[in-house]
Amino acid sequence: MDFTLSKEHEMARALFKEFAEKEVKPLAQEVDETEVFPRETVEKMAKLGFLGIPVPKEYGGQGCDPLTYAMCVEELSKVCGTTGVIVSAHTSLCCDPIMTYGTEEQKQKYLIPLAKGEKLGAFGLTEPGAGTDAQGQQTKAVLDGDEWVLNGSKCFITNGKEADVYVIFAITGMVEKRGRMTKEISAFIVEKGTPGFTFGTKEKKMGIRGSSTYELIFTDCRIPKENLLGQQGKGFGIAMHTLDGGRIGIASQALGLAEGALETTIQYVKERKQFGRTIGAFQNTQFQLADMATKVQAAQLLVYKAAMAKATQKVYSVEAAMAKLYAAEVAMEVTTKAVQLHGGYGYIREYDVERMMRDAKITEIYEGTSEVQRMVISGALLK
Amino acid sequence: MNLEEYKGVYVFAQQVDNEISSIAFELLGKAKDLAKDLNTEVTAVLVGSGIKGLADQLAEYGADKVIVVDDPELKDYRTEPYAHALASVINQYKPEIMLVGATAIGRDLGPRVSARVATGLTADCTVLEIGDFPLQAVPGQEQLHNQLLMTRPAFGGNTIATIACPYNRPQMATVRAGVMQKIEPIKGAKAVVEEFNPGFTPDNKYVEILDIVKAVTETVDIMDAKILVSGGRGVGSPENFKILEELAEVLGGTVSCSRAVVDSGWKPKDLQVGQTGKTVRPNVYFAIGISGAIQHVAGMEESDIIVAINKDADAPIFDVADYGVVGDLNKIVPKLTAALKAEIAAAK
Amino acid sequence: MKIVVCIKQVPDTKGGVKFNPDGTLDRGAMLTIMNPDDKAGLEAALRLKDQYGAEVTVVTMGLPKAEEVLREAMAMGADKGILVTDRVLGGADTWATSTTIAGAIRNLEYDLIITGRQAIDGDTAQVGPQISEHLNIPVISYAQDIKIEGDSVIVERQYEDRYHVVKAKMPCLITALSELNEPRYMTPGGIFDAYKQEITVWGRADLKDVDDANLGLKGSPTKIAKASDKVRKGAGEKVTLDPDESVSYIVDKLKVKHVI
Repeated sequence: MDFTLSKEHEMARALFKEFAEKEVKPLAQEVDETEVFPRETVEKMAKLGFLGIPVPKEYGGQGCDPLTYAMCVEELSKVCGTTGVIVSAHTSLCCDPIMTYGTEEQKQKYLIPLAKGEKLGAFGLTEPGAGTDAQGQQTKAVLDGDEWVLNGSKCFITNGKEADVYVIFAITGMVEKRGRMTKEISAFIVEKGTPGFTFGTKEKKMGIRGSSTYELIFTDCRIPKENLLGQQGKGFGIAMHTLDGGRIGIASQALGLAEGALETTIQYVKERKQFGRTIGAFQNTQFQLADMATKVQAAQLLVYKAAMAKATQKVYSVEAAMAKLYAAEVAMEVTTKAVQLHGGYGYIREYDVERMMRDAKITEIYEGTSEVQRMVISGALLK
Repeated sequence: MNLEEYKGVYVFAQQVDNEISSIAFELLGKAKDLAKDLNTEVTAVLVGSGIKGLADQLAEYGADKVIVVDDPELKDYRTEPYAHALASVINQYKPEIMLVGATAIGRDLGPRVSARVATGLTADCTVLEIGDFPLQAVPGQEQLHNQLLMTRPAFGGNTIATIACPYNRPQMATVRAGVMQKIEPIKGAKAVVEEFNPGFTPDNKYVEILDIVKAVTETVDIMDAKILVSGGRGVGSPENFKILEELAEVLGGTVSCSRAVVDSGWKPKDLQVGQTGKTVRPNVYFAIGISGAIQHVAGMEESDIIVAINKDADAPIFDVADYGVVGDLNKIVPKLTAALKAEIAAAK
Repeated sequence: MKIVVCIKQVPDTKGGVKFNPDGTLDRGAMLTIMNPDDKAGLEAALRLKDQYGAEVTVVTMGLPKAEEVLREAMAMGADKGILVTDRVLGGADTWATSTTIAGAIRNLEYDLIITGRQAIDGDTAQVGPQISEHLNIPVISYAQDIKIEGDSVIVERQYEDRYHVVKAKMPCLITALSELNEPRYMTPGGIFDAYKQEITVWGRADLKDVDDANLGLKGSPTKIAKASDKVRKGAGEKVTLDPDESVSYIVDKLKVKHVI
């Protein structure tokens, strides 16, 4: 068992790091403060292929493995959680299901521009009444001639309004399952600009404030029949499988936030002096840092293992859930400790750890709360 | 190569637009010291077109002899004809030492000529002296005397190396501008002037100059300034440089800046102090809002007095400053300007 | 068109300078990078490739580890990489280095050779012009703009207070300033592709028309008499006062030193 990264991965990390330091970090504070979507950064990333890292070259992507993609989200999130989630939602939640379930025509039409970054992607599953309980969907799609007609709404959608292509889930009927009638869910590809597809209010969030989070509203929104993604009625499976991949992206984001907070704090405790010594000279600081670094390392191993499982295994739900559960909790713990070690300055917006702590919280919530991850893991254990 | 045949300290007397560059006089000043140690003469090599009249100036600054290579092909600097001129002088006159300014011309001409005459070249020297190689006698190795020892910074100013060229001649060095001292010119001094033309036949290496575009700068060269008020990224904005300009004006100084300021597009490159900018040694250097990255320090640490103002008490600039003030430049600088103005007015 | 770009792997002196406890430079702890001027030269070549179509070959001389910068260059878009490495080439000064690289380039077809102006470890700016001398082709140093016109290059050649617009027939050598351009990033896919490609490795035996007497430490006319890490001037005084007191402090010091 070899824990060293290949030279290719090392170089890819160096690339992501350089880009993050030069292009993303200088904007992180402003993006948070103004809550403005970093469009220019997204365009720069598009040019470099960062929006199609795990997509095969024949579909406009970079043809890299999930680990390379995870490292990209990790390095971006070290300096800016917002930028990390933009890439994660686009890649894991929009490119990936089209790549996995899309027809050749759908791949040609949607995946290529998405992977090239000419278009941005989003994913709409959550509804006001259907969060953790994804079966509680209300949005409906009815086939009318050659078109599906969508009615309903989705909420808390990352990249909402900024994205051009949306993977949307809706009820397409009722089926009998083990003697009970259950909702039949299907997935669709919906383009921005389709009549009847509008945006509600923009959410004001605690963290990742530059990411654009919107309500999506469908009112007699008619999309072509061929925009059904995968088979009719297989939407729930598609959503769950997509979220397995998405969790690796969010786990990478959480990991990056924790690493960023740790690095910032190490720098700070070397400079900050109290009682005539740097605070890094105090044993409390040293032990705190040791714990933080150990947990960050453990999180990294879980995240990388999950990313590698995605490359080699058909099913990687447990690996992804463990990585996300652990990395998110580490992110929250490490960023909180980072603020504590910064003292009063840690509570001030001028210092990055303040933002990192706010950004970290969401990683315990979205794409499956920590509780959902525990359900996934324990479900597999007790199967 | 019979090393004994090579005699005399030679200086490439750079001229641009038929005006001798300051570096030529600086090199003559140093060459005179070296020639004294070696008990030999100083020769200036003047290359250009219609430049004979400039020889006297070189004599006033210390040249005993001037070799003039005057040809229409040499009107504006081009690598090949100039390299041919200087290499031919070296082959004909066999100098022991050949000094060239580390200018945009010299750093092109020097390597081309050194490769042509097959000798070593030490770049961007800051100290030149005559001594032994090896510095201390080593058993089994002959210790050579009267060698040119060339000292230069490397690794972005982090290290210094002293280099010799013991088995080849001439010993060639390019010398950083602003480092060597020119002598007080001796009015009416005359040198032996000798004309030499190796013949110039254009070939593919004679490039064609299509246009010459001169940069318009009204500012004083920061290398000549006695007082420099230098600003870094901490100044905050291009507009805020106004408070530095006011301070400079009161003291009769000039504004300069750090690399960060040039990179941000706040000030032009010719005002940049540091490893990739200019080396300055004014009487007083104010470092205002400059953190003091090593590349910057390499270009200003020879200043007589360094005054630093920075809000970050741990900024490395304080490690080289004679007088460091931790504080807000926006509050201190305008008050300092006012106070100095009052002091100067009172002294009159 | 065939373009050869010479690049060098250097310690990152910019910001990342590390010192040992005794104050000497800790070279082992410093990251290595592609020399910035060389990277600008590579970018210039890649832009010519984008604009006119060209095959870009990168050449480096160094330890086997220098392969990394070739991979990086290929991940940016260079077509081929050649590593010149051999024990006998070690310890070379600029003369021996330029002799070696010229010996390697003699094996290649080229219209244009681009080098960086200077490397940030040595800062000599000599190797480019010396290669051109060994190959007997024109050199245009300090290029701030490069264009191709037929069989010629038109270059803006920078000086302190002006620039020349210079035209030279190819083949010729150009040394690039880092101000020439903003080098592109690699792409993730480009990195993986670069590692799939072959890198040509040449040793002493592969160098064309060079004399052993001109190679490596032995073939270097310049010899290091002494090398040391720079001893910095010690810190002077440092005070933290309110603005008015700060002003009086500075004024007093300038008076004592007879500046005013």
